[in-house]
Amino acid sequence: MNGRRSFLRGFLTVLLSGGTIGGILQILPSKADAREAPPKGQKWYGFGVSIEKCIGCARCMDACKNENNVPKEPFFVRTWVERYITRKNGQTTVKAIAPGDEATPEAASDRTILRSFFVPKLCNQCANPPCVQVCPVGATFQTKDGVVLVNEKTCIGCRYCIQACPYGARYLHPASHTADKCTFCYHRISQGQLPACVEVCPTQARVFGDLNAAASPMSRFLRMNKIHTLKPGLNTEPKVFYANLDGEVR
Amino acid sequence: MNPELIRSLQELLPQIQGYIYPNEIEIHWGLLIVVYPYITGVVAGAFILASLVKVFNVKEVQPLYRLSLLTALAYLLVAPMALVSHLGHPERFYEILLTPQTSSAMAMFGFVYAWYLMAVLLLEIWFVHRTDMIDMAEQSTGAKRLLYRVLSLFSKDKGERAVAFDHSALKVITIVGIPSAFLLHGYVGFIFGSIKANPWWSSVLIPIVFLFSAIVSGIALVVLLYMIITPLTGGKINMKCVDKAVDFLFYAVIVDFSLEMVDFIHRVYQSEEEIKILSEMVMNKLFASLIIIQVLLGMLVPLLLISLTKIFKKRFSLNEDMRKMVYFISVILIQFGIFATRWNVVIGGQMFSKSFRGLTTYKMEFGGIEGLLYAIVLLALPIAILFVLLKVLPPWKELREEGETGAEALGSAGM
Repeated sequence: MNGRRSFLRGFLTVLLSGGTIGGILQILPSKADAREAPPKGQKWYGFGVSIEKCIGCARCMDACKNENNVPKEPFFVRTWVERYITRKNGQTTVKAIAPGDEATPEAASDRTILRSFFVPKLCNQCANPPCVQVCPVGATFQTKDGVVLVNEKTCIGCRYCIQACPYGARYLHPASHTADKCTFCYHRISQGQLPACVEVCPTQARVFGDLNAAASPMSRFLRMNKIHTLKPGLNTEPKVFYANLDGEVR
Repeated sequence: MNPELIRSLQELLPQIQGYIYPNEIEIHWGLLIVVYPYITGVVAGAFILASLVKVFNVKEVQPLYRLSLLTALAYLLVAPMALVSHLGHPERFYEILLTPQTSSAMAMFGFVYAWYLMAVLLLEIWFVHRTDMIDMAEQSTGAKRLLYRVLSLFSKDKGERAVAFDHSALKVITIVGIPSAFLLHGYVGFIFGSIKANPWWSSVLIPIVFLFSAIVSGIALVVLLYMIITPLTGGKINMKCVDKAVDFLFYAVIVDFSLEMVDFIHRVYQSEEEIKILSEMVMNKLFASLIIIQVLLGMLVPLLLISLTKIFKKRFSLNEDMRKMVYFISVILIQFGIFATRWNVVIGGQMFSKSFRGLTTYKMEFGGIEGLLYAIVLLALPIAILFVLLKVLPPWKELREEGETGAEALGSAGM
């Protein structure tokens, strides 16, 4: 009896610990500077945002809603623009702008303002996407060209991905009851067109392109600017790159 | 489109403090997801109480053995209902089982659940009741006889060797069952604890805190049920048993409380970027549910009450009714406390913006799938299932084992 029990115990231990250790070793990166490398000879899409060029006109938001059948209400967005105002006392107030908002007060007229700027936001299309990791049915997945998409035919609407996204980029579509988010306008880019928001931006604050291409507006953007990404500490490796990003932005 | 949802979101707009991302206005995991970890916690806790008898040989709590197994089963059957009905597409829930993604903590639920239900709980309950079911089949006629024949899987062997096998099988199942029960609820903790995007959840301690709060809620609930059911069915409460169970409950609450304090102190001391918004949330939005209900009423008051029975042992040992009352109040308070714990984890984790700049509000509905009424139904359903289970597999004989003191109660039970 004792022998049988100790055998069973040992067997279970090996089974459990062996499986776990093997699984964890597979997940662990083997190098400190390891990154999710873009596959060679293939498109690997990225996005650039010039903070200084954005004028907060919100045309990108309109274009996105029209192009992608996003509900018109302000609670469901694939892309949005935040307005930051930092005062001389160090206080920062943030607001998501809406089309038709009143004009932003300027530092010239309001002496308490230290600096103000707009920050366009969208899905970061992370190279290491937490939303893909947590999806229980694999309905959220990463394409070969690095875009994270949702298959609305298999999404069960558990909203785990919405919880796992550090950027608030996802919402539950009130009509389809499935998760939804920016796709870089995948239907357009796979035809060689630009995402709708990039196309309508009057100041070219939004740049889109293949990160693997040697010469493109995207690679030029990365070459000419100091670049930062959002919440880099979470190791999501965003592919939306910001030029001149302020430290206040999260 | 859903005009009702839009209207309720519109009503929330004025209540937002500071800045939140536009998509964060809607709270996605509502009351149903609060109910779910509460229920699985009870399952795990009740099973741990049962294994005290079988594995750790705590003879005093033997009367609670079958009751806690049946309680665990009744709650386990309801657990997936909360999950499935909260889905945007409940009709697709089977996809989790057919095409699971192995990297997802949630996808493993189906397997952990199935393992726990089939390989642990049902198996253990079957072996425990096998000979009883054979007896019942022999004593009854007609449909009832058929029912017990089927339930006992047509086994008829009551010989010594068969009974001995039952016993050794039970030992093995319980030994496998303890880590499985830990897995069941630890995994529920991991679902939350592994979300790095959410600093309120993201903590290595969360699975362990979940485990101990599960043990607390399970033991407290079984004791509560025992203290209600026994007098109702004409039995006498075995105070030796309740004393012992409350003893374990007491230590579990202490461990649970300490773990939560460690988590709290760690967060405050490390004081990372999210600390300001989290403390604002605790003081503004969660004050009643966290400070008052979870910590004060759910932990400190019961700890104090139970300690009183230990400090003034002499006085309390003479007065059984007094002790009963203290225990009764304590286990009820603990239930509310643990439910508040689940609430604070699930709802609290969604009340602050991941921009760490603002807070939103959760507005509970009354009707509808995410509403209060449905949650109450889900919380009452296990009790109804338990009622049926108690009819089919009556634990009365064991429930009324009185030790040396109350042999007469056993005789009068007449079951």
